[in-house]
Amino acid sequence: MGPRFGLMSRIPCGFLIGPPVYCAMSAESNESPKYCEDSSIGIVQTKRMTLFERQPLALVSDNGTLGPIEVAYETYGELNKRGDNAIFVCHALTGDAHAAGWHSPEDRKPGWWDPFIGPGKGLDTNKYFVICANVLGGCQGTTGPGDINHKSQKRFCLDFPFITVQDIVDVHAELVRALGIKQLLAVIGGSLGGMQALSWSVRHPEMVHSVIVLASAASLSAQGIAFNAVGRRAIFTDPGFKNGDYYDQEEGPRFGLSLARMIAHITYLSEDSIELKFGRRLQDSDRFAFNMLKETEFQIESYLHHQGKRFIQRFDANSYLYLTRAMDYFQLGGDDMPLSAALEQTKARFLVASYTTDWLFPSAQSRALVSALLEARKHVSYIELESPFGHDAFLIELEQLNRIVRPFLKQAVQSYGSQS
Amino acid sequence: MSSRKRKKMTADKPRFCLPDPLVALTDELIMKHIDAGSRVIDLGCGDGRLLAKLRDVHGCSVTGVELDDDQFHAAVGRGIPTINADLDRSLQEVPDGSFDVAVLSQTLQQVRHPSELLQEMMRIANRALVVVPNFGHWRVRWEVVFRGRAPVTENLPYQWYDTPNLHVMSLPDFRALVERLELQIIRERPIIRGRAVDQAWLPNLRADSALYVLERAAHK
Repeated sequence: MGPRFGLMSRIPCGFLIGPPVYCAMSAESNESPKYCEDSSIGIVQTKRMTLFERQPLALVSDNGTLGPIEVAYETYGELNKRGDNAIFVCHALTGDAHAAGWHSPEDRKPGWWDPFIGPGKGLDTNKYFVICANVLGGCQGTTGPGDINHKSQKRFCLDFPFITVQDIVDVHAELVRALGIKQLLAVIGGSLGGMQALSWSVRHPEMVHSVIVLASAASLSAQGIAFNAVGRRAIFTDPGFKNGDYYDQEEGPRFGLSLARMIAHITYLSEDSIELKFGRRLQDSDRFAFNMLKETEFQIESYLHHQGKRFIQRFDANSYLYLTRAMDYFQLGGDDMPLSAALEQTKARFLVASYTTDWLFPSAQSRALVSALLEARKHVSYIELESPFGHDAFLIELEQLNRIVRPFLKQAVQSYGSQS
Repeated sequence: MSSRKRKKMTADKPRFCLPDPLVALTDELIMKHIDAGSRVIDLGCGDGRLLAKLRDVHGCSVTGVELDDDQFHAAVGRGIPTINADLDRSLQEVPDGSFDVAVLSQTLQQVRHPSELLQEMMRIANRALVVVPNFGHWRVRWEVVFRGRAPVTENLPYQWYDTPNLHVMSLPDFRALVERLELQIIRERPIIRGRAVDQAWLPNLRADSALYVLERAAHK
């Protein structure tokens, strides 16, 4: 078996809903993951909590307020008596609270970070109490633009206030307090989740003992903003968008949203991973069709269309607009304050990891973050992990992640009590 | 040492690995030259053993740099903040003057550009503490002159084709580089059989390695 096949066998099949031709080539992993009690945290439920009922959340961006806010979250493992074993997982742009386990044995696949969270895994639920919550502005249980505005009794749509990464974190901090936790052992996240983890460390320094930032940065690059802009444009120009007030329509801006996803998905891959997964292989013939309207001739085309189609079944276009904007706007430090000064308040110890083929959040950005942390004289470890999987590597290369997260968390436990 | 014994040793020890007591001695020696409470960065920190001692015994605030993944994990497991980086590339993550002391032990001869690395150390720290092997040692010379062979000795247990040592230098050679870089030697301590001495008779023949403390030349 050549290296190409060896590599492909590492792709979890649930992640790669590839064309059948491709799946047949991957001898070892051509079955979807099945529910299995032994290797998983098992059956889990998404819980809901209403926060900011009495006192609405003061938003960072436009001095507005928002409340009450409903938060969807899941927890795995047990909070110990001292309450010092809690880890908060921040999900990325289109993730949700369902990070691990199964909602039912019939599920097609487990939570999005299941190989990383569970008994004996990197975030070991035998030791740690793991929390993951849907973000503010999202569409998977936490209050967002598709929900009812209690004041007007109508859906928010584009009346939903501008939200920032800081607001997302403030809501989650309130949730953590409501769960009776004073200080988190760790906050961990990749991509937009990494931005949240960073924001946690400076907005709620007393609540965070350690931070793990994966494939992320202190701000989104201009290139990243550019891709988000094209995605939003695709939604805006869809006739089904109707200025965001499309919930009563039979179809919302589904073409725009799926196009936005297709574009974004390319940025999550790498030249290497696309080459390895698909190359120039054709989808269902070994000859060109010479049919202009056939949009799924190459396997890569078919894959992107599939990704787009699946996405519109689970995601709301308005949430996509709000969350990509929050990502664009996020910037620790800025023109009048160097990044190192912005990180001054944090009391956490950091682990920063980037991936060799990630071009959406390139290693240079992680290095700049590490440099600022060193300048602020913070405790920081940094590793650039080797992977062909581009930005998505933090969701795929979990063995590698386990190996570094385990000793880091073990140390976090040991140093937890002695923090000044 | 007989050649058979030597061969066995090189086969058993593919990596440069001083006997443990010597390592402990080198660590002790380095620690003696670092003030309590200083900010220390160790380039090629391995599993972070030295830095852990500096942190726990001397109250130093420490950071390591290590390329090898397993060693990196081990250092992180000791609670040492560690940067996974290649000393052959610049240490761009580390800001100017962010440390009091940069330590480089038995590694300078293994990097591609020793001169650049020394300069990089002086960029990130006010002081460099360097331990270098001495290829001017009489055993090394003996091997070359009388046996006509590339030297393989107890402290340099490598065949020419599998050595990580890319550069061969003696104590005067090192001093010449220091001068060319316009640095000054604050201290030079030849290490003879694991013991550092202040003054030695014929150090370039007798020292298997030496410890140097370097600073930028005062007039600069």
